[in-house]
Amino acid sequence: MRELTVEEIAGQVAEMCQEANIYLGEEEIKALTSALEREESAPGKEVLRQLIENVRIAREEKMPICQDTGFAVFFVDWGQEVHLVGGTLEEAINEGVRRGYREGYLRKSVVEDPLRRVNTGDNTPAVIHTKLVPGDKVKIRFAPKGGGSENMSTVKMLKPADGVEGIIDFVVDHVKKAGPNPCPPVVVGVGIGGTFDKVAVLAKESLLRTVGEPHPDPFYADMERRILERVNNLGIGPMGYGGRVTALAVHIEVFPSHIASMAVAVNINCHAARHRERII
Amino acid sequence: MEAKRLTAPISDEDILQLKAGDTVLISGIIYTARDAAHQRLVELMEKGEELPIDLVGQIIYYVGPAPAPPGKPIGSAGPTTSGRMDAYTPQMLARGMKICIGKGSRSEEVKKALQEYKAVYLAAVGGAAALLAKTVAKSEVVAYPELGAEAIYRLEVVDFPATVINDAHGNDLYEEGVKAYRREPAC
Repeated sequence: MRELTVEEIAGQVAEMCQEANIYLGEEEIKALTSALEREESAPGKEVLRQLIENVRIAREEKMPICQDTGFAVFFVDWGQEVHLVGGTLEEAINEGVRRGYREGYLRKSVVEDPLRRVNTGDNTPAVIHTKLVPGDKVKIRFAPKGGGSENMSTVKMLKPADGVEGIIDFVVDHVKKAGPNPCPPVVVGVGIGGTFDKVAVLAKESLLRTVGEPHPDPFYADMERRILERVNNLGIGPMGYGGRVTALAVHIEVFPSHIASMAVAVNINCHAARHRERII
Repeated sequence: MEAKRLTAPISDEDILQLKAGDTVLISGIIYTARDAAHQRLVELMEKGEELPIDLVGQIIYYVGPAPAPPGKPIGSAGPTTSGRMDAYTPQMLARGMKICIGKGSRSEEVKKALQEYKAVYLAAVGGAAALLAKTVAKSEVVAYPELGAEAIYRLEVVDFPATVINDAHGNDLYEEGVKAYRREPAC
């Protein structure tokens, strides 16, 4: 059995927290550049120019792309042949978050209680989704999730009879209502299927995909394309100033469904689709 | 279109020349305040107590900056969603605030209050936080240091870029912009 220490995990997590918040991925930068080419509205183009310049400044000055360095969300695929030494996975990840957010001068945006609202001071605890998988490797995916776009999220239990069109209408209508608030051009994460709780995790997980990478099933890839077209016809545009590019991409994740249900969740990401992945 | 230049204190005349869609460059002093600071300011107003800052003619920026790295006046500092401040904004305007800066749409009450008190709502580009931080020359906490990122900071800015969303004449860029680019759904 392979052994990994809490310290090894914490060190890797600390680096991922800083990297994700400071350096936007190449594909995500390309998505903004190509949005600038397609955008027709003058204020929309100016927004995209500022966003591209912002990514460059963040990289150069080693500052976070956005001051909202997010709730730290992790998806961990833990190989069953790996034994963790020196503490729990939760302790390891939280220690990494603590270190990464302190050393990277990232904002601490977590309060310890939703109503009494005292800041925990170190951006912990993280939200951790864990899956046991075969093998002796550990895959850690991290996304800092900003509050502004997270607040523009929803879950609805549709009827199976609502079908593809019902889902598309629901998602497009939701993006329309969110309007300028989630910092468009957004990435729209859609979960379909499973239970009330499962579908929300699917929508979140879809946001960790490289921006614009289509669903492997052509049926869902087509649905992603159709939703994207409808969303970009809304006219919201960059930052809601009006324009052609309201979303950079739509990502769908699916899961088997109960015979009576068709759960749908929408989780929106702002234009800064920040995420990192490491295999240890 | 050339950007209009603004420096606080802001006069009624400054406000009335601004129109939804205008781009502006702000230099001089702006104050930061977000959820927790607004709650405290409005509590003081309701108790009839003195505020830690004089709002007359001033600019309030809805932001909770990232910590300042060594040698920099401030960390990344982009706007937060303004709608969460809607409940407090009419009272802030009644006390003399002339400009608020954030991102995202405002309530009907806020839009009406902007007209009543001759004030404007601007948006800065959400997520352009490193770029906006570069316009900050100086920063100091002037109230509620215990709130950390939510404290009230006094910022000295140079050419801070923003766009007029709601002007004092009742125009709304979010509505006008979307109308201009909306396409009927392809059936």
